[in-house]
Amino acid sequence: MYGNHSGTPEQVSSHDAYADDGDADFLALIQADGRVEPRDAMPNAYRASLVRQIAQHAHSEIIGMQPEGNWISRAPSLKRKAILMAKVQDEAGHGLYLYAAAETLGVDRSELLDKLHTGRHKYSSIFNYPTLTWADMGTIGWLVDGAAIVNQVPITRCSYGPYARAMVRICKEESFHQRQGFEILHTLSNGSPAQHAMAQDAVDRWWWPSLMMFGPPDDASPNSERSMRWGIKRFSNDELRQRFVDMTVPQAQALGLTLPDPELAYDDTTGHWRTGAIDFTELFEVIAGNGPCNAARMAHRRGAHERGQWVRDAAAAYADKHRSATATGAVA
Amino acid sequence: MTEAGASAREWPLWEVFVRARRGLSHGHVGSLHAPDAAMALRNARDLYTRRQEGVSIWVVPAEAISASSPDEKDAFFDPAADKVYRHPTFYSVPDGVEHL
Repeated sequence: MYGNHSGTPEQVSSHDAYADDGDADFLALIQADGRVEPRDAMPNAYRASLVRQIAQHAHSEIIGMQPEGNWISRAPSLKRKAILMAKVQDEAGHGLYLYAAAETLGVDRSELLDKLHTGRHKYSSIFNYPTLTWADMGTIGWLVDGAAIVNQVPITRCSYGPYARAMVRICKEESFHQRQGFEILHTLSNGSPAQHAMAQDAVDRWWWPSLMMFGPPDDASPNSERSMRWGIKRFSNDELRQRFVDMTVPQAQALGLTLPDPELAYDDTTGHWRTGAIDFTELFEVIAGNGPCNAARMAHRRGAHERGQWVRDAAAAYADKHRSATATGAVA
Repeated sequence: MTEAGASAREWPLWEVFVRARRGLSHGHVGSLHAPDAAMALRNARDLYTRRQEGVSIWVVPAEAISASSPDEKDAFFDPAADKVYRHPTFYSVPDGVEHL
């Protein structure tokens, strides 16, 4: 039950005498592929790991509204504009589902937002790239949301119930995001030579960053092993990345667009598409804050939060006034 | 930054229950923050029924919900465990007897 918070993490730790890996009941539940619910006893590290992952996921959803919000006023038709607005609204909704899931672990919404605004929490690096043309709306839907779906579908079976349930809802909605992106690119690719070139340019810019959305390679991913043991993560970064590549290459062919990797080749023996080496130094640079749009995204987020303060104040003041009038029995 | 006070306080948490269609009961779908019940209902509509997932919504202040404790799960639910005679399968019926 979402409403039954287990108190602050500090309160929990004071009576948490379990080993870091969890007590016998917890481990038995995990091994039986059962679900952990908010008020269950759980190791502090499990709780902390989930808070970090769910909050980072929530932050990514709301920061992810920016690159696409950038194009709402310039969408090429009313239909595309309505679709894009619905998609950006979904991203806000996804952020809210996830913040609510994180809160069941005993953290406050305001605390999570504060950590985002002060740079103590990260969000997905993919949103630190600029959206230069309309074709970027298609490419984000197809590649970025496509990669997100591959990442997120296994989380619908995450051992933590509220996170898994939020993800079921999110995954249902993401499939519209991916299809509308594919449709935009398909239309451009089959349009004028200039439109085709615009689509190809966007795919050229987004392909490698999309592959990096799956995180560092398995041998450089320090937290993966324990997350897998705890049922938070079901597949490794490299497994999910390969799944995405195998799904995406034939789709690129259907679009009539090429992927910017001269080494991309089908491996007959394994039945998988092999990519060239991924330059992860770029990923680490963007994570470190040196991507093209890191500063702009954060400034915009902080500014939006500050500019919305009067709305939150007004709503709270109205609710307080109404409550006290009810409590004292308003004079007729 | 605004001054501390009522406005700096976090809006209360509400649990949201949605009736998917007539004939079904309301089921818990998630939670949200809102300053009052009217805003909680509006926010719940925008957050949980963007694709016609419901025909009716309840919002309940999270703090108004009392829940059984998972620590007492065994003791709390045990009394039902040894009463198999509450199920029809407990009873044997002679062969050939129907509609029972």
